[in-house]
Amino acid sequence: MNDALFIHRIHFAFTITYHYIFPQLTMGLAPLIVVLKTLALKTRNPDYDTAARFWIKIFGINFVAGVVTGIPMEFQFGTNWSRFSQLTGGVIAQPLAMEGVFSFFLESAFLGLLLFGEKRLGRIGHWWAGFMVFFGTWLSGFFIVVADAWMQHPVAYNRLPDGSFEVASFWGILGNPWGLIQYAHVMTGALTTGAFAMAATGAFYLLSNRSTAYGRIFVRVGVIAGVIATVLQIFPTGDLHGRYMASHQPVATAGMEALFHTQAGAPIVLFGQPNVERQTIDNPLAVNDVLSFLIYGTTAAEVKGLDDFPTDVWPTNVPLLYFAYHVMAGLGTLFVAIMLIAAFLLLRGALFQTQWMLWVLLLAVPFPFIANMAGWFTAEVGRQPWLVYGLVRTANGYSSNVSAANGLFTLLGFMGLYALLSIFYLFLIQRQIDAGPEAQHSETTFGPVTGSA
Amino acid sequence: MQTLWFILVALMLTAYVVLDGFDLGAGALHLFVARNDQERRMLLRAIGPVWDGNEVWLLAAGGTLFYAFPLLYASSFSGFYLPLNMVLWLLVFRAIGIEFRLHLDSRVWRDFFDAVFSLASLLLIVLFGAAFGNVMRGVPLGPDHYFFVSLWTNFLPGPQPGALDWYTVLAAVVCVVALSLHGALYVILKTEGPLNTRLRDLVQWLWPALIVLTIASLIATVFVRRQLLDNYRADPVGWIIPVAVIAALIGIFYFNRARQERNAFLASCLYLIAMLCGAAFALYPALLPASGDPANSITLQNASAGASSLSIGLVWWSIGMAIAVAYFILVYSMFKGKVAASETGH
Repeated sequence: MNDALFIHRIHFAFTITYHYIFPQLTMGLAPLIVVLKTLALKTRNPDYDTAARFWIKIFGINFVAGVVTGIPMEFQFGTNWSRFSQLTGGVIAQPLAMEGVFSFFLESAFLGLLLFGEKRLGRIGHWWAGFMVFFGTWLSGFFIVVADAWMQHPVAYNRLPDGSFEVASFWGILGNPWGLIQYAHVMTGALTTGAFAMAATGAFYLLSNRSTAYGRIFVRVGVIAGVIATVLQIFPTGDLHGRYMASHQPVATAGMEALFHTQAGAPIVLFGQPNVERQTIDNPLAVNDVLSFLIYGTTAAEVKGLDDFPTDVWPTNVPLLYFAYHVMAGLGTLFVAIMLIAAFLLLRGALFQTQWMLWVLLLAVPFPFIANMAGWFTAEVGRQPWLVYGLVRTANGYSSNVSAANGLFTLLGFMGLYALLSIFYLFLIQRQIDAGPEAQHSETTFGPVTGSA
Repeated sequence: MQTLWFILVALMLTAYVVLDGFDLGAGALHLFVARNDQERRMLLRAIGPVWDGNEVWLLAAGGTLFYAFPLLYASSFSGFYLPLNMVLWLLVFRAIGIEFRLHLDSRVWRDFFDAVFSLASLLLIVLFGAAFGNVMRGVPLGPDHYFFVSLWTNFLPGPQPGALDWYTVLAAVVCVVALSLHGALYVILKTEGPLNTRLRDLVQWLWPALIVLTIASLIATVFVRRQLLDNYRADPVGWIIPVAVIAALIGIFYFNRARQERNAFLASCLYLIAMLCGAAFALYPALLPASGDPANSITLQNASAGASSLSIGLVWWSIGMAIAVAYFILVYSMFKGKVAASETGH
């Protein structure tokens, strides 16, 4: 791997990983805000309005961070991956341009109304503004997933004489089965993050014995949404995604499990470190037959190992792929357990007094973020060594006219800038939580400038 | 079909310049013309509800450019790697400057973000102006239609120029003055009181500067790239564009003096549209000319996406644009009228 290629890969990996801290929370909180606004309309209990206002504030800060770290992504295809962009722009830019045209305009129009139009719009109008923002963020997610899905599983294209691609079917691109499955999986992941964030905030208030009325609302909404999201995360979305991947990218599946040798009754490895040199797993803790069962539904099925494929199509970093996948799957399983126990306690009416469970909910909050990122790592590291699976290699896609030093220069620039952004972000979120929902009793005119009401 | 997409992308970029142009210009003036916290709030409230939507035009245009002309997107974005990444950093600073400013009721916090917002806006205008100059001048494209420019070399627009040379610096200065004027006229339209008066006086100063700079830049452009006159020679209908520029400049002066605030702003819009149309008309069918061998230029013919992509794109693009325009009408009508001083308090 030459230097420039390595830097361009790290450049994209760093900026996209950092970016994805924010949109997963944006997409996860948006439907929960709609839930709070709906409860406010139905029950006429003003606490729900206040609770919604509190989360809309946090949503607004998070949204800004998502937008400013997202803009560089749209340009980075051109700046760092020019050869790839030239070949695939006629296809992959369709969802990207559609995101700008259909989602960003919508979000920018309705976010201002959601943040500052409550008085002007009235209760129903404000609910609609919330719903439109929710719709916009989920639409945005769809276009991005569809763009990625085409790289994972290229469909509905023609190849032109110069090697570039064009769209053969509009609905073929948008209806890519890989994309639909991945979308369901990604969105339940985002909802998991939103649910944990809300539940943890509520748990914090209950444990601090302040804002307890709101703390209960947050925990209740967070846990109910969390049960739904974490279960759907594994079944059916994760299960479908895993099987679809096994049939279309079997070498990636083998890499995820670090299954070096084809075997019947393949085991699932719960713990261990892949040893690529010796083609084995160190310190293994494995359960026989489970992998075969998960993929094919029977314990005796043969699962293809890496040795069935030429090494030049092996995922380029098997250990990273293996760890990413295991972190994702392990945390995903843990989330189901946490949310099921919390929901059980909630049903019994004991959750708000059960200190240890509130502590678990509070301390769990970073992990959905990690699990979501690990999921993306699994998909994208598993796709290597390809940019467009089976068609365009990563080594042929980067901007060969941009030197490693220039790439490093801007990578360091982004790192510094994002470190600064993190400080402001955490500071502002902490202030919102510290001020508490009570600070939002009446619709305040104080706040960012996006509004003149 | 390719020509149609050229026009559509040019339209989107024009929309970006006209719309985000006024909030960039207002941002650049922010630190210098708004003298106290109340005036600064007023200025920010004037652009607050719309700046984000305006900036979306850049993203939508970028995405559409990527789709319709993949080679142009790939070559220019990687070739302008350093200045473009700086644009991205400045967009981050500018957004957090305006959005985080009022989250904390502290003078230090506010002053800090005022400066961040204003300087980032100013530098963005400089970089956009220089980028425009680079496109007009041409870049050192190789036979594979790729290039890489340093930030500067010897400041001469020769066959191996940097992103900054005397010509592109001149373009940047024109852009700073033109967008400051544009921003000032928008804020005039949205405000009352001392801020309004001060900006009207400023416009009377910026206006003669813009005239001198416009003429200087046109002469310089012909000097740097004589071929840019070819289309005007071939098709004299193009001369309507400079006429529109002159009319717009007169309009700005007259309407500002007559206190017809809306017309003055519209005249400034016309100025920007006419200047961009003039550039697009001169470049066509080139998209990015080569500073060396003209055979290396990026043109409509060698940069377009496949025919199937272009015709499919036309359908969703039209629908999406119709919806986007509807959003803009909605937002601008929700926030129409002047920002009252009373609205800017706590």
